[in-house]
Parts: sequence; C-alpha cells; structure tokens
Amino acid sequence: MTRAAAETDVPTAPAFTVDGEPLAFVPGQTLAAALVASGRVAWRTTRGGQRPRGVFCGIGVCYDCLVTVDGRRGQRACLVRARAGMAVTTGEGDDD
Amino acid sequence: MTEPRELGGHAAMHEPLGLVVVGAGPAGMAAAATALDGGLRVALVDAGSAPGGQFWRHPPDDARDALPTEDLHHDLRTYRALRTTLAAHERTGRLILLLDHHVWTAARAADGFTVHAVDRGRPPEERAVVLRAPALLVATGAYDRQLPFPGWDLPGVLTAGGLQSLLKGGGAVAGRRVVLGGTGPFLLPVATALAARGAEVVAVCEAAAPSAWLRHPAPLLRNPAKWAEAAGYAGTLARYRIPLRTRTGIVGAEGDGRDGRVAVVRTASLDADGAPLPGTERRIEADTVGVGWGFVPQLDLLLPLGCGLADAGDGTTAAAVDAGQRTTVPGLYAAGETCGVGGAALALSEGRVAAVSVLTDLSAPGRPGVRPLAAERRSVARHRAFARAMAQAHPLPSAWPAWLTDDTTVCRCEEVTAGAVHAVRDGGPATDHRQVKQLTRAGMGWCQGRMCGPAVHCLVAARTEPYTPAERLIATPVTLGALADSVDSPTDATSSEPT
Repeated sequence: MTRAAAETDVPTAPAFTVDGEPLAFVPGQTLAAALVASGRVAWRTTRGGQRPRGVFCGIGVCYDCLVTVDGRRGQRACLVRARAGMAVTTGEGDDD
Repeated sequence: MTEPRELGGHAAMHEPLGLVVVGAGPAGMAAAATALDGGLRVALVDAGSAPGGQFWRHPPDDARDALPTEDLHHDLRTYRALRTTLAAHERTGRLILLLDHHVWTAARAADGFTVHAVDRGRPPEERAVVLRAPALLVATGAYDRQLPFPGWDLPGVLTAGGLQSLLKGGGAVAGRRVVLGGTGPFLLPVATALAARGAEVVAVCEAAAPSAWLRHPAPLLRNPAKWAEAAGYAGTLARYRIPLRTRTGIVGAEGDGRDGRVAVVRTASLDADGAPLPGTERRIEADTVGVGWGFVPQLDLLLPLGCGLADAGDGTTAAAVDAGQRTTVPGLYAAGETCGVGGAALALSEGRVAAVSVLTDLSAPGRPGVRPLAAERRSVARHRAFARAMAQAHPLPSAWPAWLTDDTTVCRCEEVTAGAVHAVRDGGPATDHRQVKQLTRAGMGWCQGRMCGPAVHCLVAARTEPYTPAERLIATPVTLGALADSVDSPTDATSSEPT
C-alpha cells in the first residue's frame, strides 16, 4: 500500500506514513524514535485541555505517545517497531 | 488460530518448562543463564525487541549495523557473555526466548504458575501466549520516578530514562539543548550519552548536596568500582563542559507558544529541604528537558500474586525476598530492581542467586556448587548497602511541593491539577493516593497512576510511609481477541509451545 510512499522519499530508506505523510526511519527504530529523530516530540492532544503530548517515558509506562497504527488505536509509539508501509495516524482521540 | 511458532524440532522441546523468567534485563538474563546451565528448561519473556532491559537496551539484533549504540553502554562484556550462553541454550531448545511479548498477568495454578502474554512481534496482530511452569521469576525492573513541576507536561520534557531509551534503542537524540534535573547517579550517564551524540547538555541539576555521599562512606569504600565509575563520569562531564549544579532543581518549564515545545527551563538553588531559595532562579534556554528522581520498582505482576512487600528505603515499595530471592509466595522469585533499585551489578548477582534457589527448590540435577553462590550473596549484600547509601544521599526533597502552582498538572492522563489534589487533602478525607484517585480521577487514566502515583502519595500521605502502587489486574492493555484466545485457545493445552 505505501511502498510507493517509501520510494518517493529517500530511495534507500524505508518509510511509514504519519497522517498520510511519509516518514523515513532507520530499520530497528520504534515509531517514537523515528518521530523524535525527525524533530517531532508531540503528536497528540489531550481530551481535556487540548494540550500537545508525545514521547515522555519512552519505555511504555506513561501512555502519552499513543497513536493509531493501521487502524488499531491506542498503540504506544515508543514500543511499536516501525515497519515500511505502516499507516500511523495521530491527533485527538487516541486516549479515549 | 495462527500458525504455531517454529521453535526448532529438538527433543528438549517436549520437556516441560521448569522456570518462566519475566524480564530480560541484567537480572532476568543472569537468572535464565544460571538456571539453564543448571539443567532447567526456561522461558525468558520480554516486551523489548532485544534482550538487555533498560540498562542494556539495544536495537533489535537485525538492526545493529544501522543503529550503532554500543559506545553508549557499560559492561558489554558481561552482556555478550550472557547472550552467548543464552544463544547456546536456545539452539538446543532448552531456552524459549520470547521477545516482543507483553506479559499482562500471571496467576497461581495448582502446579505452579500460569503466565499470560501477547506476542506483538508482528503488529498489528496480537497473539495470545500462555506459559506454565512450577517456578516464576519476576525481573521486571523499574521506571523513572517523576515529581511534577509547572510545565513538565510540555512537549520536549521527557523522563531521563526516556531520553536514554531513545538513544540506546533507536539512536534518536531528542533535542539540541538539553537540561537534566532530579536526583541520583543515573543523570550522569544520560548526560554523557546525549553529549556523545552531539546534544549540548546545558546543565545537570542535582537536587542533592555534593557532600551527601560522604555521610555514608563505608558502603562507598567497599565498592571501589563505583568510585571509578563516578570518576569516569566526572571526566566525561568535564570533557564535554557539562556543568553539574548540585543543590539545584528544575522548578519550571515554559513553552514557546509556537508548537508548544519547551523553550525555557527555570532552575533554582535549593535549601536543605529542597525549597527554592528566593533570588536564585535562572532562566535557561533549552528545547529538551530530562527529569528523573530515582526509580519505582515495577511490581505490576507481583501485586496480584499476593507477594509480600518491603520498604525499599528510598520512598518506594519493593518485593520482599529472603536471602535466596524467594518472595513470600512459594515458587515465586524476584530479582533486580523489583526488589529495590540498586543497579545492574546487583541485579546480575540477584538473578544468579534466584536461579540457584529455583534449582535447589525444584531439586534439579546438576545444580551449581555452593562457593559461587556464597560469592554472589556477598556481592548482593555489598551492592544493597551501596544502594541504601545512594538512596540516603539522593532523597526526594521534602519541600518539592513548593514548586507547584494550583494549576500545575499532577496526573498527566486525566489532567488533574495540584489544586484539585490539595482540595481533597485539605477539605476531604483523602490520606492516600487511592482515595485521591476516587475523588479526583488522578491515577485513573491510561498509565494507571504509574507517573503521578509517587507524587500524589507525597502530597497526601504520611511522609514516613513508602509509596505502594495500586494493584492492577492487567499489567498492559490487551485486545479482547487476545484475551479470548488465552482463555480457550490451543496454546493453553500446549503451554510450553506457544503458538
């Protein structure tokens, strides 16, 4: 599905998509590590205060980094290993 | 069900498991290696993609070349030796190494324990795995202890352990200008690792006084390796020109209004109780903050098993164990930080001691002789004494709530403020974090109080009481499908061969 996306970025680097935009990663990185390496530390807003959140504990304990991966909600970006073609969506609602 | 996992066709596969080890950090790896050498068949289960735990956190084996992180580690010689031993046993089928497996509960059974996990190695698929063994060792480590301050929920503020795990596990540097704060020796390897990867570490703010170590010289003198380690960090800090500011705290962080990321860190000199001294506040430009106040033992699997607890001496509660790392539950063992935070060297020794106890208690053939065990037990005693001295040198400052404002977020998940917690303390009956949870929802969100629990405890409970986490029946969220699988799937019948 997103093999094409990987090829339009850096030809040699695999990529997943974040809200439709390709993001290259180094094989072995988690989604959070790839996002952080690209300069993003926040990708979600809280239900109550609409505050930006992203990576905090980095080891799967705090649940601040929640994303939706291939339609499955509530995944901890710091624990999910990035794979080429994954479709990651961020934003509101992941902490429902 | 899905295809059974191919574990190799060796005859040893059909032997029942003798031991399940949860957690493949230093304690779990050492315990598994010792138990395997002693003749047991062992399952070693970990949520990570490579053995090592947080201390030896590595990228997955197939990504080592793309993500070189070896220079960030300590004592890799021991790690490699353990990997070699474990790999040899895995080849013969005596070790079942289950990575990317999240254990969500363990229960007592008539003949031992049932351990329920989900295999998340092929997302988004989740597969239920059930393991049964007469002995269970919980070596699930610890996580960073946090104390809230205004702005700690801004993007760019991470736990010190989070910064380190991104570096060690994913080669990712979280920012360009970093301020670290909190207390304890762990801040130093984080600072040097960040600097080694090109980040500018503007300051390390250590709340404790530099003389604090000298109040308990004996345990320090008996651990010369720790002195060498400290001297090594001091040299590295000097080489990277990282200022170490003692009796200093991060008392606030402010965002830049654009993407909300932290832009300014406020620090202050602290008095002996940890209260900020008026007129000492400094504003430091930074895009990243790392904070850690020691660690909290990860007891999620142990609490529902009814394991007895002990005051760890650092404000946390740990598993109570005897000299052989036996918990109060027969057949249940604990090693490493679950027994109180004390570092990797202690965890290794405790893991070996625990495995020898398992071998002894199960009367397995070929158990190791007594002499190495005596040496390991001396090592445990020496390192435990060192850990106690460390805890006394790096306490939570009693006056830390002075940093809070009424609108400071305390519970990150449910966005409960310090003002709300104070209100149920001062105006209501709340005297522990469980009551605060019922009255304010603090600790009721996704993380189940793992982040805010120690802080809420400090705000409402008697100071002499250590923090004991709430019992959580499910240690990690699992899908209904995986739950259903573990109840009536074929895996249950062939417990030692997860499918």
